[in-house]
Amino acid sequence: MASTRNSFRTWMTATVWVAFAALSSPFSASASLGGDVASVETDQVKMQATLETTNKDLYSIHEIHVPNNVVVREFVSQSGSVFAVTWQGAARPDLRQLLGSYFDSFAKASQAKKAQRVGRGPLVIEQAGLVVEMGGHARSFSGRAYDPRMVPAGVPATEIR
Amino acid sequence: MRTARSDRFPLVAIHLFIVALASIWISGCSSSGSSTTPSTPTPVTTTTSNVQSISVTTGPAVASGLLSINSAFTTVTVCVPGGTTQCQTIGGILVDTGSSGLRVLSSALTVSLPQQTGPGGNPIAECGEFIDSETWGPVQTADISLAGEKASSVPIQVIGSSGFTVPTSCSDLGPIQDDLVTLGMNGILGVGNFVQDCGEGCTESGASNVGLYYACPSSGCVVTTEGVAEQVSNPVAFFATDNNGVIVELPAVSGTEASITGSLIFGIGTQSNNGLGSATVYTLDPETGTFTTTFKGQALTDASFLDTGSNAIYFLDSASTGLPICTDLTFWYCPSSTQSFSAVTQGSNGATATINFSIANADTLTSNMNDGVAAGLGGPGPGLFDWGLPFFYGRNVYTAIEGSSTPGGDGPYWAY
Repeated sequence: MASTRNSFRTWMTATVWVAFAALSSPFSASASLGGDVASVETDQVKMQATLETTNKDLYSIHEIHVPNNVVVREFVSQSGSVFAVTWQGAARPDLRQLLGSYFDSFAKASQAKKAQRVGRGPLVIEQAGLVVEMGGHARSFSGRAYDPRMVPAGVPATEIR
Repeated sequence: MRTARSDRFPLVAIHLFIVALASIWISGCSSSGSSTTPSTPTPVTTTTSNVQSISVTTGPAVASGLLSINSAFTTVTVCVPGGTTQCQTIGGILVDTGSSGLRVLSSALTVSLPQQTGPGGNPIAECGEFIDSETWGPVQTADISLAGEKASSVPIQVIGSSGFTVPTSCSDLGPIQDDLVTLGMNGILGVGNFVQDCGEGCTESGASNVGLYYACPSSGCVVTTEGVAEQVSNPVAFFATDNNGVIVELPAVSGTEASITGSLIFGIGTQSNNGLGSATVYTLDPETGTFTTTFKGQALTDASFLDTGSNAIYFLDSASTGLPICTDLTFWYCPSSTQSFSAVTQGSNGATATINFSIANADTLTSNMNDGVAAGLGGPGPGLFDWGLPFFYGRNVYTAIEGSSTPGGDGPYWAY
């Protein structure tokens, strides 16, 4: 199947792979949920996204627009901590990156939950230190994660959208 | 209101449209493509059998101690493309209007299908995304037969194939389901509103790529671009006829039953058995395949959908529904007595329907392990209104494919 056109495409694609691999290498330094406000910018750079910040009374929302039609919102308290993240779009974002140190708890709980329910539906995990909700269908996925202990007093969970 | 997405799938849409028109003309049906009134069934002397039997049962993983509830299964025949000898008929395949494309567990597949390769001859694999999990495995090509219909050379996903290690970039999106125990079924038949499972979003490069498809050189699998024609696709769109959508027909259920049988009918308004009748069309957002559900004054736009692949009516949360979560089965609601609700579904075209439904105690509904059917099963879906399989009981539901022409207008839409 080799042809000049294919060879060119191979070169092009390989270049893209290298770029993509560099951008999606495992992220460890500053994780989003539970991290500080600087981690938001790290996420933005990693996702090659644009960032828009909205200030509320008790927190700020950092909205990251990823070019692949995914919108991630990170909620930052006045003390500078990311207490919640949400996502909406054509695919789920990298949850290991978004959940950071909470990811392992999420992975364990989600496996246990999936094992308990034979059948499919939205996934809801509620622990004292971590709430994760995810759902959707082809080309439209949404979800949110937050640490209830970190949500500023006076902010109802319904505001985390 | 957005128009049909002809600019996103120009070639595919035009091709499908031509195929649909040609097949309607050839089969001699009198579809005009614009009428919304049901046409009187026209006697047709030669028709393709378009009725696929489906059944809601405890499923194919009972031997593993896994009992499905509210999951509709069917049987699919796959063949090595172009032949009729290297074929296999596989049961226990979930009928899923919430996804597009056929996915079969590697452990359930005995025929050897050709592997799709990308640039450089590297095998292509996919991280398929679902409501609560991911499926990982290679993209292979098959002829797919359902009832009397055949889709030739369609890319499918083989889940959990040895030799394809799950990349962390896939497992980092959610739990992986790659065998009978984790998946609970032999495969998934995605017959939803989209032609492909990803679409244009997976043809983009770099950070613009949705990222479902991978090229797999020996050094490991890396996200790649994948043309729409190579993507895992809804086989119905590839039928020679009856290719503009499906109807799911299941009987009414009150309480629980061991099993029920129904039909997956191919085509909308293409034969005497698949006219729209009195059904109303609710058009969808062509990007997201969603419509709007309003519940207790709260409108859920872009977060509401019909999905045979969800096994309950999953909606909102305890606070907004007043329904307590079950103690052990925390993915379902457990009211002390059955509660009645009403919601309004609305298409992009403005058409509305009032849907009355009841939610019963899930502990009670699932207490008999032999029951595979439970009307009234509901659970939390925070921020969502996911009308799962119980919505389909006693209601014929039409799923029209994007870019296709039907007597009720162009897809994507749902009608009921």
